[in-house]
Amino acid sequence: MTAQPINPPIMRRTPHDPSDYQLDSVDRRLINRLQTGFPICDEPYAAVASELDISEADLLKRLRHLLQTGYLTRFGPFYHAERLGGGLTLAAMQVAPEHVERVSTTINRHPEVAHNYERDHALNLWFVVATEKPEDVEAVLAAIALESGYPVHNLPKQREFYVGLHFQA
Amino acid sequence: MQLILSPPPDQASAQERLRVALQDGIPLSPRPYLTLAQQCGLSEQEVIEVLQTWEQSHLTRRFGVVINHHKIGYTSNAMVVWEVADSEVNRLGAAISRTGLVSLCYQRKPDGPDWPYNLYCMLHGKSREEVLQRMDRLKAQCGLQETPCAVLFSLRQYKQCGGRYAHTKPPVSVKEVL
Repeated sequence: MTAQPINPPIMRRTPHDPSDYQLDSVDRRLINRLQTGFPICDEPYAAVASELDISEADLLKRLRHLLQTGYLTRFGPFYHAERLGGGLTLAAMQVAPEHVERVSTTINRHPEVAHNYERDHALNLWFVVATEKPEDVEAVLAAIALESGYPVHNLPKQREFYVGLHFQA
Repeated sequence: MQLILSPPPDQASAQERLRVALQDGIPLSPRPYLTLAQQCGLSEQEVIEVLQTWEQSHLTRRFGVVINHHKIGYTSNAMVVWEVADSEVNRLGAAISRTGLVSLCYQRKPDGPDWPYNLYCMLHGKSREEVLQRMDRLKAQCGLQETPCAVLFSLRQYKQCGGRYAHTKPPVSVKEVL
């Protein structure tokens, strides 16, 4: 898998590339509104549309477009992994720069790995492992250590103080 | 006397089917819960009740969107880790959370002398300078100026599933884990 730079260089794009789409003020209000939740009722889109003073058809069209253009990556429920009985942890590795690509590929091959970042620290690879059963976490980390030849730090969560992934669009 | 410890099997499997149907997200149609109901063999009202139960019992945190924060301009992101005394973790975790400067705040297990950090938070900004300014405000507001810490900016994203992966039953949204 090819790494994606966090700050991708400006690339030449075709005029119709959907990633060129710029948000307008209604899109921004919609994104900000949907980060705070979604109604559970018969016609939830109509309810949100009326809050934003737009039509339901317009809202659905905009939502579809925001997903297509990559401004939104998902529209659905956020689960509490632990309460559903799954295993979840954050893991970190200290990998020599020349091995980062190789080890990242090894990490990403495991379907339990949800995301994987390179960070600027001696411990430079950071990834999240989510498993169906809590006891499976250790096996995934052990496999990654064995396959990569590097030790893996397991940094499980002990307490959650705050989760508020809201970004003003 | 009969003890009922779990829902009847058909109901449990209907909930399971609903979770699987929701892996693709909420359908983009005027009656999304009806669409899901048809996929799961439930009624629209039953889907609504199941989702409300999940929400009330905190199996779900919320319904909503995952935004691509890079794309809307938040291109600098740092995980900040602190080494605080066990007796101070609760107070500082609450204080950091209240500042409105972080998107996440977790206590995690330290891991030996090389990694003594036990309190984690995430800071975001449109530039490194903005993140570092937020860091200074965070330190000032919470009295963390002297607390050992490390700032780990993201360099590259090698994988980002955004909370959907087919092998997992039930699917878990892990966008928020870091």
